Amino acid sequence: MLELDDIQHILLTRAPAMTGRYEFLSFRDSAGARAWLSAIKDTVHSAAAMRATVDKDKRWVTVAFTWKGLRALGLDEASLSSFPEEFKQGMPARAEMLGDTGVNAPGHWVGGLTSPDLHAIAILFARDEPERLRCVDEHDKLVAACKGVKVLSVLDLNASPPFNYAHDHFGYRDRLSQPVIEGSGEEPTPGSGAPLKAGEFILGYPDEFGVTAVNPQPKMLARNGSYMAYRRLEEHVGKFREFLRQHGDTPEEQELIAAKLMGRWRSGAPLVLSPDKDDPALAADMQRNNDFNYGEMDPHGYAAPLGSHARRMNPRDTAANINRRRMIRRGATYGPALPDGAPDDGVERGIAAFVICGSLIRQFEFAQNVWANDRNFHELGNERDPIIGAQDGTLEYKIPKRPIRKKIVGLPAFTTLKGGAYFFLPGLKALGYLASLN
Amino acid sequence: MSNETKPQDWSKPAAMAMPKGGYDKASAQQGRYGPIFPKSPACYGFSIMAKIIPGREEVFYGYAKTIEKTIAAQPDALAVLKLHYLRWVLFPIKGDTYFMYQGIFDTDFDKYTEDAIALFGATGLNTVFENLEGFPTDWKTNAPAFIKFVRDHQCPSFLEYGEYPYVSADEIKKALKLKAAFSNMLDQMQ
Repeated sequence: MLELDDIQHILLTRAPAMTGRYEFLSFRDSAGARAWLSAIKDTVHSAAAMRATVDKDKRWVTVAFTWKGLRALGLDEASLSSFPEEFKQGMPARAEMLGDTGVNAPGHWVGGLTSPDLHAIAILFARDEPERLRCVDEHDKLVAACKGVKVLSVLDLNASPPFNYAHDHFGYRDRLSQPVIEGSGEEPTPGSGAPLKAGEFILGYPDEFGVTAVNPQPKMLARNGSYMAYRRLEEHVGKFREFLRQHGDTPEEQELIAAKLMGRWRSGAPLVLSPDKDDPALAADMQRNNDFNYGEMDPHGYAAPLGSHARRMNPRDTAANINRRRMIRRGATYGPALPDGAPDDGVERGIAAFVICGSLIRQFEFAQNVWANDRNFHELGNERDPIIGAQDGTLEYKIPKRPIRKKIVGLPAFTTLKGGAYFFLPGLKALGYLASLN
Repeated sequence: MSNETKPQDWSKPAAMAMPKGGYDKASAQQGRYGPIFPKSPACYGFSIMAKIIPGREEVFYGYAKTIEKTIAAQPDALAVLKLHYLRWVLFPIKGDTYFMYQGIFDTDFDKYTEDAIALFGATGLNTVFENLEGFPTDWKTNAPAFIKFVRDHQCPSFLEYGEYPYVSADEIKKALKLKAAFSNMLDQMQ
């Protein structure tokens, strides 16, 4: 039985937010840090509270900490040592293995995220802009009142138009394929597989192997918590559109190229089910838009190329132990939309997302290291993920096609990592525990 | 992630003197569980050696039968490991029995380590590794401890050779399928 009243809402629910802000914080005084946490924890919705009041509420808050942030709060060394090694090291130290090299390397990150002074994140999702501004003002006052609490940086979020469905700046529909947690009350859509054991995502429950995590210690921290990998990914919309124009003479051909990179049409319709033309009705139908596999329905990638983003990030029936590799994705877009036909304006825009999982090394880091960046994934030889892989202009992208495949040589990088971090997402009682340390 | 950039000419036999210790400490590529042992003309591989718990020899022979039956019943049981060959050896040193587990495969072990551990449990490898001295008893739930044991007992090659270097098992199988398809086509043309 999931303790929905103790699990932070972000793990199980998606806020109907159109805007928001991430605040990256530094604690220079542990008592001040705890004062901040004591105050803000009462604004954090549990999953149960969120569900009960989502229609009337206007803002949703999430709080999480880096390993150094837990120390800054006053957590003792024995507890700190019980956290997993990758979390202790932090994302910048794992950069090479994650593929965060070249222009994606931590040395180029913004917002102070490589600093050892990054201690916490407060995630604000707001229903509308006035509410966002009100919450920002409230939080500014709280920070000012708490000794030693400093804002390292902020990132303002906003949905990208058109607003009738969630999508990134490239135009790809988002939120299509998410794992469902057993006991959450949700039903998986057809083709999504059975609900997954809670321990894959939430500490304190059995995972797919029947094992319940014993760490971190004390037990209070291992109950209803999780880990989050944050990724701020700039999307080079102008370069992406230019690439589509180079490889497609007509709008239809350009749409097909975009679809071949993703494995789905930008509408969200899966190529496996609709290989030749877009099908917006299929895209919007959650009863149908995940109802496919790769091994039987598209083994050679004639519909969705073997190296396409969706196929790499969720290989479905073509990966071993897939249930041990699933991740929950949350997040938002930031930056202004680039109007159709407009030249690139040099303004940063992208997605700022969280990957939530019970084990960073087994889930997030595996996906990044192997699924996104293994050049020989599915025997592809010289490819990485066309959307989020470490692209340096020397790799290729193969689109299976009868009689002869299309091979794009020198695929450009459509995204650049601008920042990242590992956070621990405590349960609500654990937030209280951390706030009461002395 | 793979940074393999060497020319992979299968037609030209190649040998490689391996770095002492298995990898170059200054420039080794990092995997999730530590530095990665580099790919050689003989692909990726390991040679894990450990002393067995005295008196357990028969368990190893029983285990061999288990694996034989497992693979006969489910030929793709080890597919995730991207293997070419595995060899299991028992040998004596000064009256003690030692075990060597030698594998040649196409992906660094680090990549699929958790999958491998899950697989070992499913195919009965637990029986044999649990008879090695120092093997962590909680290996099923403690992947890092399993990996540490493997790394601690890995005896890296100092030289490796490939007659058809860098070719993956999947590529070999594809080539053989192609040959079979051509043979079939030629038969149909008679």
